[in-house]
Amino acid sequence: MAKAVLVDITRCIGCRSCQVACKEWHNLPATHTIMTGEYTNPQNLSAECYTLIDFLDQGKGNVPAWYFVKHQCLHCKDPACVSACPVGALQKMKDGPVVYDQWRCIGCRYCMVACPFHIPKYEWDTTNPWIQKCDFCADRIEMGLKPMCVTACPRDVMYFDDYEKVVAEAKKRINKEPGKYVNHIYGLDEAGGTSWIYISDVPFEKLGFNEKVIKKPYPSFTWKNDLSTVLWEEVGLLAILAGIAYFRNRTSSKEGKNG
Amino acid sequence: MDNSMVIKQKFFTPRTYILLILGIIGILTMIYRLAVGLGPTTNLSDTHPWGLWIAFDVMTGVALAAGGFTVTFAAYIANWKKYKPIARAATLTAFLGYLLVVIGLFMDIGKPFAFWHPFFLWNPHSVMFEIIICVTLYTTVLTLEFLPWLLERLNVLTGIRDFLEQKTVVFFLVILGIMLSYGHQSSLGGLFLIDPDKLHPLWYSHIMHHLFFLSAICAGISMVSIETIISANLRKVEYEFEVLQGLARGAAIALLVYFVIRFLDIGIHGKLHFIFQWSKYSILFLIEMGLCVLVSMIFLSCRTIQRSVPSLLVFHSLVIFGVILNRFDVVFLTESNMGRGFYFPSWQEIAITLGLISIGLFLYKLIVTYLPIFDVPSDQVA
Ligand code: SF4
Ligand code: SF4
Repeated sequence: MAKAVLVDITRCIGCRSCQVACKEWHNLPATHTIMTGEYTNPQNLSAECYTLIDFLDQGKGNVPAWYFVKHQCLHCKDPACVSACPVGALQKMKDGPVVYDQWRCIGCRYCMVACPFHIPKYEWDTTNPWIQKCDFCADRIEMGLKPMCVTACPRDVMYFDDYEKVVAEAKKRINKEPGKYVNHIYGLDEAGGTSWIYISDVPFEKLGFNEKVIKKPYPSFTWKNDLSTVLWEEVGLLAILAGIAYFRNRTSSKEGKNG
Repeated sequence: MDNSMVIKQKFFTPRTYILLILGIIGILTMIYRLAVGLGPTTNLSDTHPWGLWIAFDVMTGVALAAGGFTVTFAAYIANWKKYKPIARAATLTAFLGYLLVVIGLFMDIGKPFAFWHPFFLWNPHSVMFEIIICVTLYTTVLTLEFLPWLLERLNVLTGIRDFLEQKTVVFFLVILGIMLSYGHQSSLGGLFLIDPDKLHPLWYSHIMHHLFFLSAICAGISMVSIETIISANLRKVEYEFEVLQGLARGAAIALLVYFVIRFLDIGIHGKLHFIFQWSKYSILFLIEMGLCVLVSMIFLSCRTIQRSVPSLLVFHSLVIFGVILNRFDVVFLTESNMGRGFYFPSWQEIAITLGLISIGLFLYKLIVTYLPIFDVPSDQVA
């Protein structure tokens, strides 16, 4: 059964327990961060940071109104990164996670360019670099556990269950308090649907979500250039070339005039 | 034919030494890159995963080497005999170009010694997979096309040489080369089909893979023209205006087709208003399409221009500049939407790129000096 997570942005208090717990479970090193005047820390996802709470002030004037948005791989149902990888180093598993196999990877970084949510990050400073991103704690899910961040959260921000139940829960919460939530489940249709979905009480574009994401599976955009299409084009091309070659080279006496 | 055909000229001139030095610096930097990894040697980052090496060494390199399949098409498939004398030179340029592209790609991928994985671990849906396979196969085809000339000079392995020079084998290789070129020239654009929300609407298109193929043909023809002019200079022979004129006309036609299709595509999708917004994007677009495509197209189709070598050099260079600009625009405009961050190549990236270009020019000069590339009687061309 495919698992999913609902992130209820209204519940997060920005304690970053998930951030720390994720690092612990994945043995990711602490990184040196700097004061920037912003509360988000570190500033971006990176090879050492799979998940991050973005601190956003939506207040007016002197009245602050803080929002805390959790970022990580959304584990698309039909992921751009999986279709982009030339060697199949990224795979979508049956129970939801999109996982990475460093033994296959050649490091072309097309997955980084392809992901609509800018998730895969690279280990720039080693000689055997890996792509790094949230793996939905695939190992824990296999053991029947919840992902580490879900377990660590003290405010029950994330609801982890089977995909259908998670979507139903999101709809239920919106319908129960229609005045509270905006009527949009981010991730239901975005990029053809993702395993991580969000609900919020302010429009998603104000929270830095990519609203330009197209509501279709991303791999569909490259079908036009898929090998199966190109092979047919090649067959057509072969026929044309052979035809021209035959007619233009029939008799050596036929002098080629420029055409 | 005998060896008196090759260029009788001093090989080591000051310019050759400069190429040699730049090439050696490039090779040393490559060794350094392989030893320490991408981080210390490049300015690539999570917001700019692709940089100069992809945009120039790979994207532009492949486009500029498109002269190989274009001219072999004209000379063999269409049997336009006047292009036969330049077919070898065009093939040689493509061969060297692809050699450098392959080295550039090898430097760029994070795990260079895993380069062979795509041959065994297939993901046929991936555009990148198709590129890697086609580029490797085409480089092999070009090597086989080049090999007989080397064997001829060394006068060894005549059996293999005779086999490769058989008419059927030659045609087989030429046709295979064109098919493979179509495959990956277009796929280089196809890579970005998956970025509809990142790339600016003036560059993103559902047919951008076809546009890449068409623009590569323009760049390829212009490269061959410039090469023909320079090599005539080098050998101190008369310019072959019949060939140059044909190439200029060919380039103009290719540019026209490209221009019309790209504009139709932009028009059909209602994106024309982006062109005259006078933003950074519209200016880049106008330079690309207005100056480099439209202006060159008009001038290259003029008879007076076609007979003037300096003008030909100017306008063909403009076409090439336009294609380089296009590839840079596509790569870097896509990345500009991947988050805050600035990219300018590091000195190592520049040194390796310059090194590769220098190695290419050096080898080109070496080969045309010692191998029978030019002045081959047309009935013996293979
Ligand atoms: S969010 Fe990006 S990295 Fe995650 S599955 Fe989707 S395409 Fe892949
Ligand atoms: S960097 Fe690795 S995982 Fe990403 S697309 Fe390339 S080979 Fe696949």
